Amino acid sequence: MNIGRRTALLGLGSVATLGGASLAMASAPGQNRFVVVIQRGAMDGMAAVVPHGDPGLTALRGATPEGLLDLGGFFGLHPALAGMHGMYQAHELLAVHAVAGPYRVRSHFEAQDYLESGADRRMTSGWLNRAVTTAGGNALAVGVSVPLLLRGPAQVGNWAPHGSAEPPPDLYAAVAAMNQSDPVIGPAIVNGLKARGFSDRTLMGAPPPDTNRNAFPALAAAAGTMLKAPDGPRIAAMEIGGWDTHTAQANRLTGPLKQLDAGMVALKAALGDVWTNTAVLIMTEFGRTARLNGTGGTDHGTASVAFVLGGAVKGGRVLATWPGLAPGQLFENRDLTPTTDLRSVAKGLLAGHLGLSGPALDQVFPGSAAAAPMRGLVG
Amino acid sequence: MAVSIGSPFVTVRDTPWLYGAGMDTNPIHAMTRFGLGRRASEPLPTDPANWLLGQLRPTPAPRIDPSPDTASGLAALREDRVNKPAPGKSAARALFVAQAAAEFDLALTTPTPFRERLVWFWTNHFTISLRRGECTAVACAFIEEAIRPHVTGSFADMLLAVVRHPAMLMYLDNTRSAGPNSLAGERRHLGLNENLARECLELHTVSPLAGYTQADVTAFARLLTGWSIELQGEPKGFVFRPNTHEPGEQTVMGHTFPPGEEGGIAALRFLAEHPATHRHLATKLVRHFVADNPAPDDIRRIEGVLRDTRGNLGAAAAALVHLPSAWVPGTKLRTPREYVVAAVRTLDLPEGNRPNMIGITGLLGEPFMVAPAPDGWPDKATDWSSPEAMIRRIDWANGFAGRLGPRDPMEIAELALGALLRPATMEAMRHAGSRRDAFTLMLTSAEFQRR
Repeated sequence: MNIGRRTALLGLGSVATLGGASLAMASAPGQNRFVVVIQRGAMDGMAAVVPHGDPGLTALRGATPEGLLDLGGFFGLHPALAGMHGMYQAHELLAVHAVAGPYRVRSHFEAQDYLESGADRRMTSGWLNRAVTTAGGNALAVGVSVPLLLRGPAQVGNWAPHGSAEPPPDLYAAVAAMNQSDPVIGPAIVNGLKARGFSDRTLMGAPPPDTNRNAFPALAAAAGTMLKAPDGPRIAAMEIGGWDTHTAQANRLTGPLKQLDAGMVALKAALGDVWTNTAVLIMTEFGRTARLNGTGGTDHGTASVAFVLGGAVKGGRVLATWPGLAPGQLFENRDLTPTTDLRSVAKGLLAGHLGLSGPALDQVFPGSAAAAPMRGLVG
Repeated sequence: MAVSIGSPFVTVRDTPWLYGAGMDTNPIHAMTRFGLGRRASEPLPTDPANWLLGQLRPTPAPRIDPSPDTASGLAALREDRVNKPAPGKSAARALFVAQAAAEFDLALTTPTPFRERLVWFWTNHFTISLRRGECTAVACAFIEEAIRPHVTGSFADMLLAVVRHPAMLMYLDNTRSAGPNSLAGERRHLGLNENLARECLELHTVSPLAGYTQADVTAFARLLTGWSIELQGEPKGFVFRPNTHEPGEQTVMGHTFPPGEEGGIAALRFLAEHPATHRHLATKLVRHFVADNPAPDDIRRIEGVLRDTRGNLGAAAAALVHLPSAWVPGTKLRTPREYVVAAVRTLDLPEGNRPNMIGITGLLGEPFMVAPAPDGWPDKATDWSSPEAMIRRIDWANGFAGRLGPRDPMEIAELALGALLRPATMEAMRHAGSRRDAFTLMLTSAEFQRR
């Protein structure tokens, strides 16, 4: 990785992606590294960190899935997250459950805007960009699709690996389904996807194969390599899709979770010693319905899970003010009720890990006085 | 309306359950079928047919400034022959890349997209290709000099401008064709090259249906001997070289033409107005603007207009607009070039922030001015809908969708497709996991891939 050459490309505005994953970077002073991963499409927190200790779970979700990785008795981690479970056991990972932003919308587009704006409205800049501005960082890397999270006054470059830029498998499947009635385009897409490894079952609606399962780990490894460089970026944002599991969730979720897990393992490996100074926040725009729907999936909901991991993190814990799963305890009688403001988690990391002051945090998250920074996440 | 088109896309009147009763598809369809797709900033025409017909009137039409011209193209070609630059470093290539970018910029912004589509159609009818390297330097000059000025004028004028153009003379090997009995032919034992004559009969004018013979091809080739290029001296461009011209009268399809430059011109005018030419052109026009398998009545209608107006191409274009079958949406699949231009127009990206159109059209299978053979790019859905081609469109669309930024994809879909937008597409977009995914779905929907 030649950081110097990338630095020279600062400010270019082209777009590049790798399998629906992309990476944006900015530099910040100090030795600490901070990475934010956006899970686009709304991850089901109740499937990733399963509250099997709650007696209400079975009524909502059926039998507790097998092979859960223990997170202290009440919660169990999805088996696809084995690498991250290792970090939990090494006290490098914690989960914050029943977490949500301050907004209550169930539109992906709006919610992602708000998640990245750090507000209950869409702003022209993202909270991580404002954090970079406050922390005095400079823009670093090159590429195209800077997420709103990192857009704003601070100059931020964008980098993405060259090579195959393929859409995520479920987007292919959606394109095929949408066009199936077209006598020319429909069969052509189906045959094209079969040639790329999609099965008939997949095209009929079963979960797609994870054709680009290495995309996110590759991106994470590249991010780690760049973050490790002494003159490299200190802050990075990454995106990973595939979480919008409206049908057959049990199968459909495994692929994205495996990618996420492999990505975090790759990031840690690439960071080497610098892992000690690293904190990663993994967040999604909202959770999903507490009950399974009629097709074995879940629809747009409210609270979900956020992960915080890294060598700098005081892990081995699940933080939650658990709202309960009884009918009267659900939000609008359908979603996991949010009890922790996602901004508190982010503010806690910006304060504890990047050293942002109280007034600076208010600039990064305007109108967030009610969401006090969560203490003790790092250190 | 009784139309059989072998596709689920039929008129609102026929299928109110598909598009919803009372949805008027005509305004957006006019921009899609006859134009290059609606730009975000473009208003819907209140009178779609008149909006199209207005683009055919001989007011100054938009053009490229500075316009590519043959003289500077040939100068670049000459420079390359002297300097012998490394591949990809030639003056001709640099000229082409800049001019091709200007051609695409015009397509992305033109207020007369129907006119532009006519330029595309006739450029493809008279294919020249960069597969013949010399054409690189004058490919865009060919469009601007031989095609664009004539798209609403007379076919005979266009044909003459095309056959005399250095791009065509080089592409179909006429520059060194010599009459065996000409001065130079006898002295240096030079001979005929009948490539241009044959393709002109077969592809540009009467087509094989006219039943011409090898003797006609040879006679026509003799008439075109001496039609060459001045490359070293001035002025650079077309030149008639009497010393390579075959002497004597020639008979082509029963008509006798005198020797000399006038003989070739007269033969071209004769071929331009031949009934078989009108039939051939009408078939291609209807196939391009109406349906892959043109209805015989539609062909006869356009053929009649060409006959009655002695080959007025503006009148033929207007007659296409008046064909009822031309108003059935979605019967045609957009070619890669049409597709990419339509996609980029939906975002109305400013100059300097547009994708590399030359690269993308190449990636999707229709590299600009690089048709594989003199018959040009094919014009049926089956030619453009291979599985790999369709998947490449999805892949490209997904990459391009990253440029959506904060814009609302549903709003873009309403603008770009409006009444053509299918419920299945709206449903898929609503369920997309991100704005970008939703925009990818719009770009890959059947109604956006069709026109």
